[in-house]
Amino acid sequence: MTQPVLSVQDLTVEFVTRRGTLRALDKVSFDIARGEVLGVVGESGAGKSVTGSAIIGLIDPPGRIAGGEVVLSGERVDHLPPEQMRRVRGKRIGMIFQDPLTSLNPLYRVGEQLIETIQTHTDLNAADARKRAIALLDEVGIPAPDRRIDGYPHEFSGGMRQRVVIALALCAEPEFIIADEPTTALDVSVQAQIIALIKRLCKERGTSVMLVTHDMGVIAETADRVAVMYAGRVAEIGPVREVIKQPLHPYTQGLMGAIPSIEGDASRLVQIPGAMPRLSSIPKGCAFNPRCSKVFDRCRVDRPELIDVGGHQVACHLYDKAQAPAGKTEIAA
Amino acid sequence: MLAYILRSLMQGLVVMLAVAFIAFSMFRFVGDPVVNMLGQEATLQDRAELTQRLGLNDPVPLQFARFVADAARGDFGISYRQGRKVSALILERLPATVELAVLSAIFAFVTGIAFGVYAAIRRDGWIANLVMSVSLIGVSLPTFLIGIGLIYVFAVELRWLPSFGRGDTVQIGWWSTGLLTTSGLKSLVMPVLTLGFLQLTLVMRLVRSEMLEVMRADFIRFARARGIPERRIEFRHALRNTMIPVITIAGVQLGGVIAFAIVTETVFQWPGLGALFVNAVQFVDVPVMSAYLLFVAFVFVLTSLLVDIVYVALDPRLRGGVLVPVK
Ligand SMILES: Nc1ncnc2c1ncn2[C@@H]1O[C@H](COP(=O)(O)OP(=O)(O)OP(=O)(O)O)[C@@H](O)[C@H]1O
Ligand code: SF4
Ligand SMILES: [Mg+2]
Repeated sequence: MTQPVLSVQDLTVEFVTRRGTLRALDKVSFDIARGEVLGVVGESGAGKSVTGSAIIGLIDPPGRIAGGEVVLSGERVDHLPPEQMRRVRGKRIGMIFQDPLTSLNPLYRVGEQLIETIQTHTDLNAADARKRAIALLDEVGIPAPDRRIDGYPHEFSGGMRQRVVIALALCAEPEFIIADEPTTALDVSVQAQIIALIKRLCKERGTSVMLVTHDMGVIAETADRVAVMYAGRVAEIGPVREVIKQPLHPYTQGLMGAIPSIEGDASRLVQIPGAMPRLSSIPKGCAFNPRCSKVFDRCRVDRPELIDVGGHQVACHLYDKAQAPAGKTEIAA
Repeated sequence: MLAYILRSLMQGLVVMLAVAFIAFSMFRFVGDPVVNMLGQEATLQDRAELTQRLGLNDPVPLQFARFVADAARGDFGISYRQGRKVSALILERLPATVELAVLSAIFAFVTGIAFGVYAAIRRDGWIANLVMSVSLIGVSLPTFLIGIGLIYVFAVELRWLPSFGRGDTVQIGWWSTGLLTTSGLKSLVMPVLTLGFLQLTLVMRLVRSEMLEVMRADFIRFARARGIPERRIEFRHALRNTMIPVITIAGVQLGGVIAFAIVTETVFQWPGLGALFVNAVQFVDVPVMSAYLLFVAFVFVLTSLLVDIVYVALDPRLRGGVLVPVK
């Protein structure tokens, strides 16, 4: 098996607050292969953004990585000194944020921001960096890029700004990008274009993507695999088609049950009865147990680990052959 | 952009007219100009003649129009007490106040911004905390106390600096400057520190809080995610965004420097406009008082106009794009 571009192992992130230590991520593990798009879904507060921040080394101050590791193409990056980690950011890991209206510095021309980033990570001189910036703008589909490069962010529409943000994230040819809800803040009419753009550019470059979104339609179309997160843990992870067709985790089953089968118009995730627990009161055992219709005794005591079940992984005791009340699926070797 | 500048010009004009009306009213409500000029013993006929000559029998709107027209030409009448043209008195005192105020403002801004940025970047460091605590004292200490304290230490005890006056000045045309002689420069030190200190602490605290706010913005986070070095983020991305709100408030402060100059000029017996005004108040010298009022208003209007222009220079969003947004 080839080495994954990104490998996250038992990643644990804690926020030390006055009311105690909150565990926002609890032993999250997943791999992303070269050129692969991993979709990440889960309710608000499930820890999707924190996962992205932890990978790129930008967790907000009271938070810290309390355990586990992040390995980028074989190299551990979670404990790099700040200056070295900075060189990884933008150069080897790109990031696209949710709101293109606030992602760009309003006081600088988009060209200045592009050239700045290019020059941070390469040895290009100003003239070459500018050429590169224009080429990038062209590539992300900005019309008249040689003129647009001197425009200010406010002179671009939301969709166009997100294209600029994508150009910024890709300008040093990173091997991996994190796109955290890249279309949530955009007009519905341009969302599909932006997703298609990200997909095309990453395919062309062989860039791996972690795509966080609430839109199962987007996941179905774009991602190769999908990770379902719940209360700071990975509940299920596997190839998109399998997870959608045959979700194993009761939580995923609830999520998928909410997807309309044909048209993608109402494909947003719909809430399952009950609410995700707050970080301060995650129940013992399986975090999903208060809302689970198939809960049994062991769920309230032992935390389920990810186990391989027929090609994908699921964290649920129902699939643990030895202990489950009624064996459902055989465990894949 | 032009429309924007024009609009602030118009606003300035309205403010000036309003202040002019107050200044004009002072003549009617503070003392009687005829009595002031002729003294109590003048004959009725003399009074009637002067009243006529001064145009005090004309309708009020006409008098006001005349007042505004005169003021616009720099004619503020004759000082009751000194018998000289008010405009001459003001020109004579102007250099002292301008040099004091401008130096204080520069001192306050440069150090205020530097300390503010430092306190924001090293927000948990002990130096930053010390600077913040000292600034709190600065905010709460009255100006005259700072002045008296400085005089006590540097003039009375150490005898390094003169305690009053401008020292030797050099005449350049009508402008008298204290910047070209040692004694002039020495004399400036304490008044500048005194006048600038309050503004410094205000600017510093403002810069710090605005910068901390900006550092939480999405585009800062995105800049970090792009691997931009932290120094560059702080001094390029954050500082410029910090300056926009700072400039507005600081511009108003700048006007305040002129107004606060009264206290400082009194403490250091500084021969500037503030001292002229304090004297004028003591003797109910209405023409001088009203001219001073107009002067202060003019400074405020001018600084806010300057602020608007700097604002446009700093913020491309106000410049009106050369390009039309594309969809
Ligand atoms: N700075 C912080 N201090 C304390 N808790 C935090 C902080 N940042 C995030 N959290 C907590 O971490 C948990 C995960 O948050 P995260 O932003 O990753 O959710 P998310 O899955 O991205 O949700 P959304 O879909 O709303 O973006 C939340 O419970 C949140 O309250
Ligand atoms: S472990 Fe138990 S509670 Fe958790 S999802 Fe599976 S069955 Fe439900
Ligand atoms: Mg999020």
